[in-house]
Formats: sequence, structure tokens, C-alpha cells
Amino acid sequence: MDFFVQQIAAGLTSGAIYACVALGLVMIYVSTDHINFAQGEMAMFATYLAWAMIDAGLPYWIAFGLTVAVAFAGGLFIQRVVLKPLENAPVLALVVCFIALLSIFNALAGMIWSYTIKQFPSPFPARDVFGNGLVSVQQLGVVAVTLVMLGLLTVFFRYTTLGLAMRAAAQNATSARLMGVRVSWMLALGWGLAAAIGAIAGMLVAPIVFLDPNMMTGILVYGFAGALVGGIGNPLGAVAGGFIVGVLENLVGSYVIGNELKLTFALIVVVGVLLLKPAGIFGRVIVKRV
Amino acid sequence: MAAIGSMTASANGWAMKRGFGPVAILFWILLALLPMLELVTDDPSFDYYMFMGQSMLIYAIAVLGLNLLIGFNGQISLGHSAFFALGAYTAAIMMTFAGWPFWATLPIAAAVCFGAGFLFGFPALKLEGHYLALATFTLAIAVPQLLKYKPIAPWTGGVGGVLLEKPEPPEWLGLSVDQYLYYLCLIVAMLMFWLVFNLLRSRSGLAMMAIRDHTMAAGTMGVDTSMYKTVTFGISAAITGVAGSLSAITIAYVAPDSFTLQLAISFLVGLVVGGLASLPGCLIGGAFIVLVQNSAQSISDWMKTSFALRYDVPAWAIYGVLLLLLMYVMPTGVMGGITVLRHKIAGRRSTRVNAPSPTVVRPGKTAGETTPAA
Repeated sequence: MDFFVQQIAAGLTSGAIYACVALGLVMIYVSTDHINFAQGEMAMFATYLAWAMIDAGLPYWIAFGLTVAVAFAGGLFIQRVVLKPLENAPVLALVVCFIALLSIFNALAGMIWSYTIKQFPSPFPARDVFGNGLVSVQQLGVVAVTLVMLGLLTVFFRYTTLGLAMRAAAQNATSARLMGVRVSWMLALGWGLAAAIGAIAGMLVAPIVFLDPNMMTGILVYGFAGALVGGIGNPLGAVAGGFIVGVLENLVGSYVIGNELKLTFALIVVVGVLLLKPAGIFGRVIVKRV
Repeated sequence: MAAIGSMTASANGWAMKRGFGPVAILFWILLALLPMLELVTDDPSFDYYMFMGQSMLIYAIAVLGLNLLIGFNGQISLGHSAFFALGAYTAAIMMTFAGWPFWATLPIAAAVCFGAGFLFGFPALKLEGHYLALATFTLAIAVPQLLKYKPIAPWTGGVGGVLLEKPEPPEWLGLSVDQYLYYLCLIVAMLMFWLVFNLLRSRSGLAMMAIRDHTMAAGTMGVDTSMYKTVTFGISAAITGVAGSLSAITIAYVAPDSFTLQLAISFLVGLVVGGLASLPGCLIGGAFIVLVQNSAQSISDWMKTSFALRYDVPAWAIYGVLLLLLMYVMPTGVMGGITVLRHKIAGRRSTRVNAPSPTVVRPGKTAGETTPAA
């Protein structure tokens, strides 16, 4: 039983991280209809920035805040400079562009910080919550950060004018433009938010898996799986999906297939969801008008 | 998938009309004569150049498979490294455990990969654009781990992979091993290009391109779109699989970590550089991939000295920047660029035989609202 509880707790922890990645993906998906393949590498790069700041002697939380701010600006910059010219481009051009970004960030990180793995500090102590070796403060902290982030985003989208403008721009660009919303900037804002969320995900996961340029590849795939399970157009669904996938992954990994096929499990989840319920659990079915 | 069509517009017409004309035949003869340079040169690294030639041809075949899918059928795959791996492992396992001669593994690899591609094509049917890219992206990431899976390690060799023996050329040919293998790759490449060329000129080829340009319209005209899509996925996987088994034979070694997402990305780079929906472009793309991989170190050194950089510039940075630039400047790749140039020089707009109309209705927008193609 203890083992089971431990697995659930570990699953919720990794689920929280997948949820963060999924949230970032959803941010970009709802505002631009694109699936950002570079989300993981952007997060990884931001985490390296945080590492460099901490290495230079900044306190953890200041480095954390600075990294989130820099990531936000970076996301904004990428949308404005790299993706703006491709706003009406075919899907393939966008996919190629995301793959290009993925390669560039991966190569840059390896170039600047080398491919040797690095230790990343955690703001949460590793000790137990209840003193029985089941749940650690670290795990609780990761879950809490994700939930707080989800809460902030919900408030932002539901109760602020800017959030409303972003939703309007995503749902009906033409009408939003007629109402005076600067649609193109709303997309950029979506990218900024996605990059910032990704940075947080990266900083949460780095203490667990260690920092290296390829650390996000597998996590990104799980983020995809989480986003799809919950419905890729729905932030709340994405977080729920992330948790579901995290727990499932741990249970399936420890009881059924072992740890060697975890990525294959993600593949099955992705293909399965896309086939059986493309809208996800919480998503709305979108009917295309031709 | 009308959208991809617009990117292929300028490349396509040319490829179809001139594909295997006199220029192409002359080019293939030239490629066949390359190993004969050994008679006039005494460069000690000649065998290495032959090896590079093999790799270029292998990548060209892989890119050809991908191009059939993306360029001519409009389905995006980021997971072709998986089929490349499947082909390579099929060849390796048949040669090691069944003792088959190397040439006999090629059709088997093609058949196995066709089956796998056909099966993967079924889910792909329901997925379009971004989603298909996503599913295949996941496939590419999952494959190396799957190949390392312990229970199948007796056949796949696990993390260590499988070591093979290079085939010996028959005495009477008087060729070195690398020349012999170069000819093997060349013959297979010619066969593949010829098959694809004929396929594309047939009714089936027209149907594939019609699906790319407007799936729904193609369906209305009586094209069995789901059948064509899955079969195209299968053929594409088969061609890439043949390239994979050739790579296993020529390198005489297969290991899980050579079939990562990065391999799939390099196919994509070859495709985009050479040109979507262009057959000659596949050869350019294949050559390009090998050239960048081989000269990454010297490019890096050159950039370090000329821009006073403190860091090494890895090949992936070059690939990435190049992909971005091409998307802005020359989205139809080198062959597309050449076509545009030819048209400019000729001073006329040629009639595009297989090209889609420049104005397309983008799916997802209100009917009647048209956007000019990029």
C-alpha cells in the first residue's frame, strides 16, 4: 500500500510538471491554433538562464522572477520576429519553423553551457511532510506551484480586460479586430505567457531530472499527452490531463510495463486520444464549416 | 491540405515535366561514372569520398520517401526516422539471424516498412496538419527507447546494437568494397526514383496530388481519399525503410541512438532545402545533409574565427537557422528557387501542369473568403 501511495504521489508530482508544459502548449494553441514543438526546448533554455543567474550568486527567488520575466519577453520576441511573417503561412511552414526553433535552442544551450548535466537547486526542502516517507515537501511544492499558476491564469482570463481581449482574439479574430482588439499583439502575448509558464515548468523539473539540453524531450511528449487527454483548447483540462497522465504513467510504469517503455506509453496515449476522442475529456468538439 | 499545395506550386510543374528527361539521364550516368575517378586520382581518402557518396544517396532515398508523403500528398511526418530504423533493423536481423544475403533484405525491409507505414497511416487518416505532425513527432521520440527494450534485446542487441559484416564484392568486378556499395546504393536509388516518378505520372499520382491540393474536392471527384492516404503513407515508409536497410548494410552497424528525432529532422532539412514536391530536390537534399554533417566542424571553426565567437557552433544550430531562413526566403527549396529563376529568365509564366491554383480557400475560414497563396 505504501508503495502505491508513493507511486501516486510521484505521479502527481510529474503530473504537475506535465500540466505546466501542457498549459504552455494550450496558451499557444488557443491563441494561434498552433502546436509548439519548441515549447520544451524554450523551457530548457530558460532554465539554463536561471541556472546561470543562480550560479552568478543571485538568490533563488530573484533568479526565478527574473527568468520568468526574461522568458516572457523572449516568447513575445519570438512571436513578433520569427512567427509574425508566417501568420498566414501553410501548416508545414509553421511546423518546420517550430522544428527549427527546437534545433536552435537545443544547439545554443549545448554551445553555451555544454552537454554535461548540471545540478539545479530546489526551493523546497526534500524532507517528508508527514514523516512517514510517503510525500515530500518538494512534491507538494511542485503541485502547489502548478495549482497557483492555474488559479492566476483563470483569474487573468476571466476577470481582466486583457484576458477577455485575448480570448476574443483567439475565438473570433475578425470580430475582435472590429472591436478594437489588437489581435496580432494578443497572439504575441499568448506566446509570452507560454514561454513564462514553460520557464516555470523547466525550473520545477530541473531539480528532479538534472539540467541538460535534452531534459525536456520526454517531458514535452508527456505534456502533449496531457494536453490532448484534457483537451488541447482548455487550460483547466490541460492541467487535469497532465495530472492524469502523470499518475497513469507511474502506475503503468511500476505495475505493467516497467520504466523502459515510458515513452512508448506516451505515444500510445497520444495516438489513442487523437483517434478515439480528439477533443479530449474536457474539450469541445469543433465542427468545421466548409 | 490546400496550404501545402501552395508551397509546392512552383516546384511541381518542373519536376513532373522534366524529371527523367535527357538532363536527368545524363546526371545519373555521371553519378555512375564517379567511382571510376579512382583511375585518375591517387587521393588517399578516395574510399571515404565513396562512403560519403553512399550516405548522400541513402539520405536522398529517405528524403524521397518523405517527399512523396509531404510534398505530393500533403501529410506531414516528423517520424520517418522510425521507418528508417525499422528498415535498418530488419536488414540487420535478417542478415545476422537468418543468414540472408544483404541484397535480399531490401525487399523484405520495404515490405515490413510498408506494413508498418500502412498501419500507422490509419490513425494518420483522422489527423491533419499539426496533429499528424504531433503523432509522428511522438513516434520519433519513442523509437530509440523502444529499440533498447530488454525483452527484444536478443534480436536488437539492446543499447549496443548489432554489428554486421560489410558485404564483399565479387572478384570479377574488380571493385573496392566502398565502390561496390556505392553502386548498390546508386542502383537502388535509381530504381526508387524511377518508381516514384512513374507513380506520380500515373492516375494514382494525380489522385495523391489532388488530395494534397484539396482533399474534399478530390473525394467529390471519386478519389478514395482514405485508401490513397494510407497507401501513400505505406509507400513512403517503405522507401525510407529501404534507405534504412541500405544504411545498415553500408555502415555495417545499427544502434538505437542513431535513430533519434534528430535523424527525422535531418530528413526534413533535406526535404526543405532540396525542394518540396521535387524529385531532383531529393538528391540535392541528401547531398546537403551529408555535407553539413561532414563540414560542421570546419563551418564552426570558420564562424569562430570570422565572428570572434567564443563557442563551437554545432550542426544543429546551422540546420535550425537555415530552416528558418529558407521558410522566409525560399519556401520551395533549391529546386523551387531554380524554377522561379528559370521563369524569370524566360520572362513568362509557364503553364503549370500539376500545380494548384494560386488562390485557395483555406479550410477553417468562411467559404468565399479566400487568401492568396504564399
